[in-house]
Amino acid sequence: MSQLQMEEPVLPPRIELPALEKNLLEVRALKNYFLTSMVWVLAVLASIPLFSVIYMLIVQGGARLDVEAITALPPAGFEMGGGFGNAIVGTLTMVGIASAISIPIGIMAALHLSILNPSSKIATVSRFLAKVLTGFPSILAGVFVYAVIVITTGTYSAWAGGVALAVLMLPTVTLAAEEAMKQVPQKMKDAAFGMGCTRTQVILKVVLPTALPGILTGVILAVAGAAGESAPLLFTALFSNYYMGELAEPTASLSILIYNFSGMPFENQLELAWAASLVLVLLVLFFNILARVVGRSKFKE
Amino acid sequence: MVYNPFKEASSDKTLSAPPSATDYLKDTVFRSFAYFCALSIVLLVAYIVFELGSQALPAIKTHGLGFITGTTWDTNEGVFGVLPEIWGTLYSSFLALLLGGFLGVAIAIFLTQGFVHAKFEMIFRTVIELLAAIPSVVYGLWGIYVLIPLIRPGAQWLHDTLGWFPLFGTDLSGPGLAPAALVLAIMILPTVAAISADAFRRIPYKVKEAAYGMGATKWEVILKVMLPTASSGILAGLVLGFGRALGETMALAMLIGNVNNISVSLFAPANTLASLLASTFPEAGQIEIQALMYAALVLLLITFIVNVAGLAVQQYTMRKFEGKK
Repeated sequence: MSQLQMEEPVLPPRIELPALEKNLLEVRALKNYFLTSMVWVLAVLASIPLFSVIYMLIVQGGARLDVEAITALPPAGFEMGGGFGNAIVGTLTMVGIASAISIPIGIMAALHLSILNPSSKIATVSRFLAKVLTGFPSILAGVFVYAVIVITTGTYSAWAGGVALAVLMLPTVTLAAEEAMKQVPQKMKDAAFGMGCTRTQVILKVVLPTALPGILTGVILAVAGAAGESAPLLFTALFSNYYMGELAEPTASLSILIYNFSGMPFENQLELAWAASLVLVLLVLFFNILARVVGRSKFKE
Repeated sequence: MVYNPFKEASSDKTLSAPPSATDYLKDTVFRSFAYFCALSIVLLVAYIVFELGSQALPAIKTHGLGFITGTTWDTNEGVFGVLPEIWGTLYSSFLALLLGGFLGVAIAIFLTQGFVHAKFEMIFRTVIELLAAIPSVVYGLWGIYVLIPLIRPGAQWLHDTLGWFPLFGTDLSGPGLAPAALVLAIMILPTVAAISADAFRRIPYKVKEAAYGMGATKWEVILKVMLPTASSGILAGLVLGFGRALGETMALAMLIGNVNNISVSLFAPANTLASLLASTFPEAGQIEIQALMYAALVLLLITFIVNVAGLAVQQYTMRKFEGKK
């Protein structure tokens, strides 16, 4: 006991420890602060265009948006007033045609890619080509449909416009639906098979209902994209100053109206172009928000 | 009445039975339909290439490769060349990639590296996604009446003071490369940001923890660990964004000036393949349409190569991370 008391306590050698708190004068910390503020500035900078576009749409487009604007026919030259009712009808019709063609084909193709035969050669190739097609310049869809439909039938038409939009929607729908169907747990499919379902029954009664929110999200986003497209309609649907009488004649659309009016030297047309842009953006945003709402319900269940 | 399941158990409706012959038939029909739908994508791409090729064939025969190196587009003389358009397409997309790519990667870092509260992060991500949702033609309109007037004084000043520098060699008289490239940058930013953010999210959390554990600051972790690890994913985003920019049509047709001109000046008007198609096609005659089909084929080829390259890099990234897990 006394021996222990006699011994000198052994202390660890003293080392100069660096300060653990952040020191603003140190280069590393300074650099850190600088870069953090940089990235904040860049983030704000990147969102300015969106707010500027929305501001302009509300101020310029909102001023002109009334019942006349969304029902009347486009004005000619120096005419006052007028609107773009026929363009709204035309856009909705052509997006409808495009959806009717591309959604069934896209979902069926996705079934093949995700469930029926995911690793076959045809699935690999068409999955890859669908991805390539999503980056396909939209104007080329217009050129293609011009060559196939407009030259053959001899007239610009809502059909041609719809088909051109369908070419653009198909890969988006397919890839989104495939992704949604892949998420369906294998156990659910196995259970259905175990009960003696055929593959068709498994798909119709288990896979499709389960994957529905995901598929709908993809489909609605594709519809939103198609509604805003203009390049493929330029020389497939062309434009018309009248309400659509039949599907086999040139048809007006909001985006082409904006394109045509934006270059005109008349104040009235320019105001209408802004109002039409507001309607078009509202349409697209409506679909986008719808897609988000539908997609979110998937996670709540 | 209380529902009694056993009461119905004996009825033949609830007895299990193997699929009937009709069930098998339905199954076969349904599955072959799905097969043909999957096949239809392949056939569609083949048909597009075939159709554009056969429409362009007369022009290919007449103009040959001189079409790609020619610099005049004269309908009356029947002389067609798309070198200025190819230059304009690549140059405007490259400028857009410099700006949009930089911003896109910065935003991916901002969103994934814990700079903001999760709720704000969601709002901000929505803002960036909506940036992609705005139609091209609306950006065109905005560009003409907001962006061009906004950047003109700056462009004027740059030209006056630094006019000797080739980039500022001409005056911005209205439409031109600079506004076109700016709008293009805004349009590809969401693509780059989304794919890069995905690449950052794929990095296992351990990697970051380890770097912090060694005493690195936040930005040392980001710049020296996260960025190099995510680099192939970011590259894929940049290449795919570049592909998007190459094919973008309406905003460019409205903003770039549609002038057959090869110039390095940021303020000179120019033209791109897509906007050449958009502005010339509706009024073109037979011969010119064949030449335009040839131009479309050139555009198809360029975007196809860029997109395939981008997808290949993306595929490589995914495999790399899934393999290591």
